Amino acid sequence: MKSHFASVAVLMVIGACAPAKTQQTPPVAPKDSVSPTGLGAVSLPNSDPFPSTYTRFPSGPLVIRNVNLMTAAGPTIRNGMISISDGKIVEVGPTVAIPAGATVIDGAGKYVTPGIVDTHSHIGVYAAPGGQALSDGNEATNPVTAHVWAEHSVWPQDPQFPRDLQGGVTTMQVLPGSANLIGGRSVVLKTVPSRTVQGMKFPGAKYGMKMACGENPKRVYASRGPSTRMGNVAGYRAAWIQAEAYRRRWDKWNKDKKGDPPGRDLGQETLAEVLRGNILIHNHCYRADEMAQMIDIAKEFGYKIRAFHHGVEAYKVADLLARDSIGGSLWSDWGSFKMEAIDGVKANIALVHAAGANVAVHSDDASGSQRLNQEAAKAMAAGIAAGIPITEDVAIRWITRNPAWQLGLDDRIGSLEAGKNADIVLWSANPFSVYSKPEKVWVDGAMLYDRSDPRQQWRTDFELGFVRTPAGINR
Amino acid sequence: MRHTHHLLGCAGALLAIAGSAAPAASQTIAITGGKVYPVSSAPIENGIVLIRDGKVVAVGANVTIPADAQRIDASGKWVTPGLINSATQLGLSEVGQVQDTRDDRARGRDNVAASFASWEGLNSMSVLIAPARREGITSVAIVPSGQHLVSGQAAMLNLVDGMPSDMLIRGPIAMVAQVQSPGGAGLGARGELIVRLRELIEDTRAFARNRAAFERAETRDYSASRLDLQAMIPVVEGRLPLLIAADKATDIDAALRIARENNLRIFIGGGAEAWMIADKLAAARVPVLTGAMNNIPGGFTTLGQTQENAAILRRAGVQVITIGNGGGDEETFNVRNIKVEAGNAIAYGMSWDDALRSVTLTPAEVFGVADRVGSLQAGRDANVVIWSGDPFEFATVAERVFVRGREYRELDRQELLTERYKLLPPSKAMPARR
Repeated sequence: MKSHFASVAVLMVIGACAPAKTQQTPPVAPKDSVSPTGLGAVSLPNSDPFPSTYTRFPSGPLVIRNVNLMTAAGPTIRNGMISISDGKIVEVGPTVAIPAGATVIDGAGKYVTPGIVDTHSHIGVYAAPGGQALSDGNEATNPVTAHVWAEHSVWPQDPQFPRDLQGGVTTMQVLPGSANLIGGRSVVLKTVPSRTVQGMKFPGAKYGMKMACGENPKRVYASRGPSTRMGNVAGYRAAWIQAEAYRRRWDKWNKDKKGDPPGRDLGQETLAEVLRGNILIHNHCYRADEMAQMIDIAKEFGYKIRAFHHGVEAYKVADLLARDSIGGSLWSDWGSFKMEAIDGVKANIALVHAAGANVAVHSDDASGSQRLNQEAAKAMAAGIAAGIPITEDVAIRWITRNPAWQLGLDDRIGSLEAGKNADIVLWSANPFSVYSKPEKVWVDGAMLYDRSDPRQQWRTDFELGFVRTPAGINR
Repeated sequence: MRHTHHLLGCAGALLAIAGSAAPAASQTIAITGGKVYPVSSAPIENGIVLIRDGKVVAVGANVTIPADAQRIDASGKWVTPGLINSATQLGLSEVGQVQDTRDDRARGRDNVAASFASWEGLNSMSVLIAPARREGITSVAIVPSGQHLVSGQAAMLNLVDGMPSDMLIRGPIAMVAQVQSPGGAGLGARGELIVRLRELIEDTRAFARNRAAFERAETRDYSASRLDLQAMIPVVEGRLPLLIAADKATDIDAALRIARENNLRIFIGGGAEAWMIADKLAAARVPVLTGAMNNIPGGFTTLGQTQENAAILRRAGVQVITIGNGGGDEETFNVRNIKVEAGNAIAYGMSWDDALRSVTLTPAEVFGVADRVGSLQAGRDANVVIWSGDPFEFATVAERVFVRGREYRELDRQELLTERYKLLPPSKAMPARR
């Protein structure tokens, strides 16, 4: 009956900050180029050595009518319609054309939202049922482990995946933990059943890289260092100094192709890609003063911080985040589980939003991830109580469009607009009500969850036999 | 704990300590016009709640309001008893990872800490109290943490501003044990854990029978210390409930066996798979403390965890107390979110009335403090909340909160920080106190 909070708090993430000057440059190798694989071939840096094999599930055209649409792109459309076909949203509005052969669902009294996007998950890398055997989220053997990739720890049979889907989450970023100053690459996954992690990877999504400030690294490495915050900062800077030199060597070789290629270093490859603007920085950081320092480090080395994660004191530097276009992936109301979290306030999200920064409600928790709508509802209520007028049309963006931007995917997901991927959720009631539940969830136009039909509920291999359900279903 | 007064005359028993009265507002207050949920009786439209000297003196549709009463118009509002969060470490744990602020787990001896009276070390100055109270939580049970076989004693508090003795309603209200984690208790197997609990019960009985011999050092060795055995006496005599943490259905079955064999009064805490054994729990009249925000098979003891658990137990006739189990820290920083837990219980099948009861009168009855809190009835502590609407909805505000008749309206620490940083950069001037 103890809170799981303490164990969850160990899993925190990292971020860094961002100058506006960094121009995106092409990756070291073109996206579609693979290193030679024949006998005696020489591997070269490759932006995509574990390519996505995801293809959308079969589906026919669908129209939901007479439903309230929280679009995350404009005002809520009351009693409107949405049409989806071939995995894309075709039309959204008060009325839409019904394509021939379309399934038509009447949504009276119900709501449709974009699929929810969680920027901060450890599902798959800290898989249920837990324990050391499935603890794969922190390569806590060195304070800088830029060379590790979260996807290589993801267990696709983690029963937390289907639970997240039934909570309406259709896209998630799975991050390494926050033990390290630089924790490694994240991966963006679709919440879909697959034998392999490649089958879950969001096609074309950029990688992220995790950095972590503050207490976690200095606690984990207390005996060997860093054991202080100043040691943390020295560690980030030392890593970037090395990465600069590495990037220069490889950029020169890529341009000239003269002589032997420089030696490869997996960690340096990831860091160099950050410096080229091809990997997004997600920086776990609690305190305002540390966020300000991380922003300066990013400027020193010419990279951008895409988002600070957790940021319980983001409200104290919300103007700095807005100025430099840094997002905030924040909890609605966590605090006080450690010293750097004591100034957590439940109005944090609303305050950061009011300052003009991109803010998302994130989970860092496989339970909370299933109810990001409720977390957003709490954050909205806290904002209103603090005198910040937050509307539902704003709050819905906190769990859809804004996190999609933080993952660099807002051109594909996060809103109900023609041309976007048809990731949508049908809710039994207003999603900001505690009584509302997702009834159906579609990913790229295919219904992958139906609360009313057990046959339309994904069960992982692990669950078969092990997990009993009240309905006596042991399918 | 209905029989607490018996303890006072029992040489081997823990003394039950009744909280001393904190200063209560002496004025008379009449809350009028609201929809009143007494919980102990049917809702009253346009009801009146009359408060005097920190107590509820009358509740009903036709209550004579004294001329000198302060009237509070609650038209359009919902009026309920203050809510109870029954599984907290409020005032025992302030900053999770700062050991100096942790007084929720005793070291114990040989994995038994029965004599640990958690409330004795209570920090009534905790900054986490005000945010809970501000959102309508007016009483909490504080429960020792830890994975000992026996971790110590729980107590019920009122969230008044004062010293620990002002806050205490009753302690102990339960002894806390576990039969789910052999490793946590330094043991190797579940069967061994259960045997150790039986041994402790037997030793307690022997100790109680042979006090004089024990004092002369003429007894065999016991499995626990003198004070721990002494603390266990009311448990083995069935006067103090044993709150047994158990998630796995088979562990719950073991707890029921031990209770039956030894005539113990037990509650199940956690109870992730209690739904699998709901009929037996109902037949044994064993209440369950569980949540409604966890469906993750997060360990091999919680494979059958489901959000429908509480509702299924209720339908089977089990007394259910809603506590946090979702990982959102309803034990300390977010004690207030017990409202959300109850709301989710409704979303997953519990009736609204049962959900309200599960965070008010049921815990008060189960823990033996229904004469003080948990309902709006004459003679109860005036713990009253006026809500803008359904207390379980996110948009609802606890507009007025009374604990023992005193209204609390002060800004809590989170609100002070929010005020300071509302405009950026913050003013160089010291913020004015509000």
